[in-house]
Amino acid sequence: MNRTIWRPAVLTVLLALVLAACGDSGGGGGPTGEGSGFTPPSVPTQQSLGPGEGSVNLVAWAGYVENGSTDPKVDWVTPFTQATSCKVNVKVAGSSDEMVQLMKSGEYDGVSASGDASLRLIAAGDVAPVKVDLVPNYQDVFEGLKLQPWNSVKGVPYGIPHGRGANLLMWRTDKVEPAPDSWGIVFNPSSPFKGKVTAYDSPIYIADAALYLKSTRPELGITNPYELDDKQFQASVDLLKQQAGIIGEYWSDYTKEVQAFKSGSSVVGTTWQVIANLAKADKAPVEVVLPKEGSTGWSDTWMISSKARHPNCMYRWMDHIISPKANAQVAEWFGEAPSNRLACGQTADKNHCTTFHATDEAYFSKVAYWSTPIADCGDDRGQVCKDYAEWTRAWTEIKG
Amino acid sequence: MSSAPAVAGGRGGWLRPLSRVLHRRPRLRLALLLTGPLGWLLVAYIGSLAVLLLSALWSTDSFTGELVREPTTDNFRTLLSSEVYRAITLRTLGVAAGVTVVDVLLGFPIAFYMAKVASPRWRRLLLVAVLTPLWASYLVKAYAWRVMLGSGGVLDWLLGPLGVHTPGYGLAGVWIVLSYLWLPYMILPIFAGLERLPDSLLEASSDLGAGAWRTFRSVILPLAFPAVVAGSIFTFSLSLGDYVAVNIVGGKTQMIGNVIYASVGAANDLPFAAALATVPVVVMLAYLLLARRAGAFESL
Amino acid sequence: MHLSPAARLALRLVTAAGLAFVYVPLLVVVISSFNSARIFTWPPDGFTLEWWGRAWDNPGARAALSASLRAALGATAIALVLGTLLSFAVQRHRFFGREAVNLLVVLPIALPGIVTGIALQSSFRVLGVSLSLWTIVVGHATFCVVVVFNNVVARLRRVSRSLEEASMDLGADAFETFRLVTFPALRSALLAGGLLAFALSFDEIIVTTFTAGPGDQTLPLWIFTNLTRPNQAPVVNVVAVLLIAVSVVPIWLAQRLSEGALRGGAAGAH
Repeated sequence: MNRTIWRPAVLTVLLALVLAACGDSGGGGGPTGEGSGFTPPSVPTQQSLGPGEGSVNLVAWAGYVENGSTDPKVDWVTPFTQATSCKVNVKVAGSSDEMVQLMKSGEYDGVSASGDASLRLIAAGDVAPVKVDLVPNYQDVFEGLKLQPWNSVKGVPYGIPHGRGANLLMWRTDKVEPAPDSWGIVFNPSSPFKGKVTAYDSPIYIADAALYLKSTRPELGITNPYELDDKQFQASVDLLKQQAGIIGEYWSDYTKEVQAFKSGSSVVGTTWQVIANLAKADKAPVEVVLPKEGSTGWSDTWMISSKARHPNCMYRWMDHIISPKANAQVAEWFGEAPSNRLACGQTADKNHCTTFHATDEAYFSKVAYWSTPIADCGDDRGQVCKDYAEWTRAWTEIKG
Repeated sequence: MSSAPAVAGGRGGWLRPLSRVLHRRPRLRLALLLTGPLGWLLVAYIGSLAVLLLSALWSTDSFTGELVREPTTDNFRTLLSSEVYRAITLRTLGVAAGVTVVDVLLGFPIAFYMAKVASPRWRRLLLVAVLTPLWASYLVKAYAWRVMLGSGGVLDWLLGPLGVHTPGYGLAGVWIVLSYLWLPYMILPIFAGLERLPDSLLEASSDLGAGAWRTFRSVILPLAFPAVVAGSIFTFSLSLGDYVAVNIVGGKTQMIGNVIYASVGAANDLPFAAALATVPVVVMLAYLLLARRAGAFESL
Repeated sequence: MHLSPAARLALRLVTAAGLAFVYVPLLVVVISSFNSARIFTWPPDGFTLEWWGRAWDNPGARAALSASLRAALGATAIALVLGTLLSFAVQRHRFFGREAVNLLVVLPIALPGIVTGIALQSSFRVLGVSLSLWTIVVGHATFCVVVVFNNVVARLRRVSRSLEEASMDLGADAFETFRLVTFPALRSALLAGGLLAFALSFDEIIVTTFTAGPGDQTLPLWIFTNLTRPNQAPVVNVVAVLLIAVSVVPIWLAQRLSEGALRGGAAGAH
């Protein structure tokens, strides 16, 4: 008797759940994502700024949204909240992939996306174009950062440039001598530091291997480390599989790397300037260098979600973070070149912009910004390059 | 039986007739009792699992990351044919089994001492001592082990004089830390099971001439076995799906939990994560069915 | 039980070694909370009480603690209700699928947390439910039901139905009987189950990671984000030490209470 009461009811609900999951398909054909000539889905752009909603939810790289809790002197969030009454909730993500996934959930208003995330977000319709007139500080952004392939499509800007920088090689000065100047030290299969080498935990790291091979094995003909055909890709993957033997741990949580270097569990590996700064502040003997083969890097863009629940606060945040003072603060804390040229006059270290080559476009032409690998090689090879899905699959195999 | 007159009269007008109806209709009573919990478990839980496992048959557009809702067995094919996922699965199963074995070897004597040998006062103290670490945050304990296993850490410091070095961050570290974290979950069911064991049986056994070891092998072990299996359900399943502790002390070790987490998070490939998730689900279902045979469910 | 002195000693040593193994890392945590270095390393750089002072004023920790308490209370309440209802159904009735129910109720806690987490997260997404403290409670309640269920079933096995029947013979209806006869007998089992459910929910991180919204931070989530951040890590250690210290009291009480009930019921069992 009881079976006939609740069993069908439960089954109906289960069926409804399953149908709901099947039901709303992703809409008509999305962009194919082939080359930068793709057509992004149509997402409405906000036209005017209304009153703040009281809070804003951000996804950001570590060190980009500091409210004094890491270091009481490092705080550009509190002035923002005081000026706009927008409370800031930040989710720190360790990799671009995490950011893409978090933005998909629709729970966040904005993200500080690197080039390997930005195009994916645009293509999926997760971010909306930005009306730059609503962001007064945009006019002072370096021209070299505006309307670039990674933050705009067909002349439509999709975000506000945050800053740019390069990945660096860090080592323990007391354990690694002489001071290295080449990535070879982390790719040496018979390294004396076996078990204490660290590398960035993301498939995008394959580009670092490709960049190294660009210098050391020119016969492979690698020009762009994100456009790898089968032979070039295999060579990079093999190099990394060999490197896995000397790796102690892969890091994506920046504070774990700080701790590993301080305790000596890691003595050499890829890093960001902010990690070195934190380690030095806690008296760990470390140094960084940009190796001679060049490096991968990033140029980050603040993007607003297409499903943002607090768009007005988000626009205000974007304006605040590129305002000269805040941009200078974050550039110095994180260790990167600011995007606002007026920020160079506001940095505590007067040489900051020179050190980080903020106005040197020629320098940044040698930094291979993170960008999403796609099948279209962009040159006469055609569609034979490996796309990001293959990079991701290979990464799991590399880690073993 | 139920038509007794209302002794304490004037009570809630509908409660008494309702009680009468329920008493006369056990089936209705059962239905009411079951609707809430079963509805919750079946709809919220099984329903969610079903949707997840169904999505294992879908795929993700590699550029936009959008779900492509067309059935395909690609995910399972990759899972089964790729060498690395086999290796990861075996490694995870190995760690789970290893952790269970260590916890049984360490937990049984402690539980036995608590249940049968210690005085009642000590028993209570020991029980509190075993339960208290459950309240220390899992993460804090894992990080404490990270400090202990690091080079120059506590283990190096303690064992240095003996010429032993810390295993560092890796599979050995994972084994040690997971055994550490789940030990109370093994001790408690065994303790409960041994407590239920009547002392008279043990006395009878020694009266019949068996020594302590014989008694242990022939009387205690068979009777405590279901409790051991019950404890092992926790240690096995918690180790099978763990990715947090592995991340903290495992160095570059990858276990199933890590690949699932990376697939959902970093790789944004929910269908593949769902396909990966079928592995621990199938393993645990098999384990549970075996455990039920062994009578573990009564000892949970 | 008769054991040779050697065997007794061996058992004592193993127990002592086991407990040492359990408590040494906790000792490391306590020491670290006084470590003057901001990053979690060994040996400690120096001694300071600064973190203990900071912990009191930490708004993040306070908010996280409050969120955790609310989530745990909600999950425990739901688990108590559902677990009791289910245990009565299973223990007092025979029906098709009774064995399967036992398996079903164990599943949420037996299947790895990450599977439960991503399953619930995708369901919430499909249904358009935005993640919040409620979704956290739903996730926790699902795997807490089993601990209440097991405790109550074990107790119901020992509670004699004749008491209830006598109560009804004397004129009480079903609800009065439950309130005056059955519930007091179950009370300590409910308390034990509830306490364990509370502990499980309070310290849970994996399912919570997937069911929490952007602004929600339970204590484990707060610990996760702050455990390695240089200025916050030692504060996290302080919080952990406080948690341990505070939890000893309820554990002790729960033990006393369940023992008392056990002694009462054990007379018939042996």
